[in-house]
Amino acid sequence: MTHREDRLLTVGSLSRVEGEGAMHVRVDGGQVTDVRLEIYEPPRFFEALLRGRRYTEPPDITARICGICPVAYQMSACQAIEDACGVRVDGPLNDLRRLLYCGEWISSHALHIYLLHAPDFLGYPDAIALARDARDIVERGLALKKLGNDLMTVVGGRAIHPVNVRVGGFYRVPTRTALAPIAARLRLALDDAMATVAWVAGFDIPDFDHDHELLALVEPGTYAIERGVPHTDGGLVFPVRAFEQHIIEEQVPHSTALHARLAGRGRYLTGPTARYALNHRWLSPLARQAASVAGLGTRCRNPFQSIVVRAVELVHAIEEALRIVTEYEPPPRPFIDVPSQDGVGFGATEAPRGTLFHRYSVGADGLIRSARIVPPTSQNQAAVEDDLRRFVTGRLDLDTERLTHACEQAIRNYDPCISCATHFLDLVVERT
Amino acid sequence: MDAPTLAVWKFASCDGCQLTLLDCEDDLLMLAGRIKIAHFLEASSATVAGPYDVSLVEGSVTTPSDVERVKRIRAQSKALVAIGACATAGGIQALRNFADVDEFRSVVYARPDYIQTLARSEPISTYVPVDYELRGCPIDRGQLLELLGALLAGRRPQLPVHSVCFECKARGTPCLLVAAGTPCLGPVTQAGCGAICPAYGRGCYGCFGPVAATDPRALLAKLRALGMSADDLRRAFRTFNAAAPALAAIEETSEP
Repeated sequence: MTHREDRLLTVGSLSRVEGEGAMHVRVDGGQVTDVRLEIYEPPRFFEALLRGRRYTEPPDITARICGICPVAYQMSACQAIEDACGVRVDGPLNDLRRLLYCGEWISSHALHIYLLHAPDFLGYPDAIALARDARDIVERGLALKKLGNDLMTVVGGRAIHPVNVRVGGFYRVPTRTALAPIAARLRLALDDAMATVAWVAGFDIPDFDHDHELLALVEPGTYAIERGVPHTDGGLVFPVRAFEQHIIEEQVPHSTALHARLAGRGRYLTGPTARYALNHRWLSPLARQAASVAGLGTRCRNPFQSIVVRAVELVHAIEEALRIVTEYEPPPRPFIDVPSQDGVGFGATEAPRGTLFHRYSVGADGLIRSARIVPPTSQNQAAVEDDLRRFVTGRLDLDTERLTHACEQAIRNYDPCISCATHFLDLVVERT
Repeated sequence: MDAPTLAVWKFASCDGCQLTLLDCEDDLLMLAGRIKIAHFLEASSATVAGPYDVSLVEGSVTTPSDVERVKRIRAQSKALVAIGACATAGGIQALRNFADVDEFRSVVYARPDYIQTLARSEPISTYVPVDYELRGCPIDRGQLLELLGALLAGRRPQLPVHSVCFECKARGTPCLLVAAGTPCLGPVTQAGCGAICPAYGRGCYGCFGPVAATDPRALLAKLRALGMSADDLRRAFRTFNAAAPALAAIEETSEP
């Protein structure tokens, strides 16, 4: 192993992430001199193409930004449009939205834990190879994922790009009878989710801490999912409508995703560990118990432990879905009327990967004048690059192959959704 | 005999169609036993060099380098299948085809000069021959399994060529257009989704793209009678399959 002092670590195409990207790390004289999470996913210009569309269309159109978290886009879009039109959706319709969103959390978290992230900790290239040695475990993960998809199908019509969501509510609401079989499965799945927490808590977690400011929505009394007020663990609190005053997005040459920073404060992190830090007291009873057994404490600053937090949120989402289904009474109408009016509206929800912000300006003619969308992955990009810099600095004794692999794992801690941010991840570690 | 190799490729898209492969939860491990997954970056960090027996291609072609990439993929693939509305009809991002892409770029990015992009979002078939197409935004899981099963068995996949109307009849859903006066694109949209939207009381919004050999005139007259303006009709047709060639013909018919 020569030239350890000067190296270029590169991963041309990051795998087990959603979308296309690369990583590039340059080491000169034993110092990490450059770290770039390169996002080369081609831009799709959603904010531009939304202009001139009807105010009722963003839930369907923005769902197409991401096939892994379409519900998050639909919910942030509905909330922002309703805000522009001076309407707030509450009560059973909002409960149904939360139920649909729980389905997405269950499906997305099970996907990331079992199929994308766990293979890193266990030394497999993918879950299919893992299944050769531990078929029961992979089948448990697939069953959890399927439960989330089936919940989305019952409420939303289908799991990817649900069709039943509209501004003001739903086209049709499910009957109690339609939800009954899901209730039974949710009850059974609690055991699988608890077993998931125990499984991932036993992984060999690298010793590493970050000092990013953590940002998540907070809705006192409930673990924020489909609404809330932005809070940080540094004490910053601001209304959703002030999001763009506090979050500054910058463009960098190596990425088709915009980088976000907290104004006057710097890089920050959103996503499961941020939610956990700011909301853990409102976790469901079983999820709280699972967190405690897994030894999570009140906050988690090790990004490699994010898999444990995701598993705890999986327990929470299942228990919360079960609560909503059990208490469910179909609302008298599937939606409330949302007449268009001239205005600007703001919406923010907790996508599986973190806070997702939408803003729309709507004209009196019901057409969209402008749109702005800030997805979680672009918010986290600066924090991921900072982690990589510090992570590599502490591990320069590793050979290039192992170091590169460790970097890829560090990136997957954040479950980056590059389709959302814009493109696919290609890891390039430069050692000249 | 070695198991046939499968590769999955991504162009401009949301990842939802390739996720459909992982959504085959009950069949995924069985499938993995019969097919060697040689290149599927969303699911595996292990990749095998080509050639590949089957390539599933998701997404539309929107950058100069992607034009070259899709040609390389074609050269390495025995059968190439375009999956989803982006790969078969340009996707929602093909709305740029009707606008000024430089202006689009400046709306989203402060430094548009950093962004490489083509003026048009095109389906895969614009640049290379495609053996099969799976429609939909997203594709249907049942159709994906039918396609892979057929390719494994060496037969032609059975994919629908009729309209969504047939699926409503099969499902027993009353016609929304006739019974409720709800605008619906079902009569001119290819089947495959199972007519989900009408079953939820919502008109079809055409995410499986235009059905071949359709005469849209009767539908267009009905939609106008229901109060849709020329702008409404244009928006209704220009969504997730905006660059489908058959759509241009429908739109031409819809001009007053």
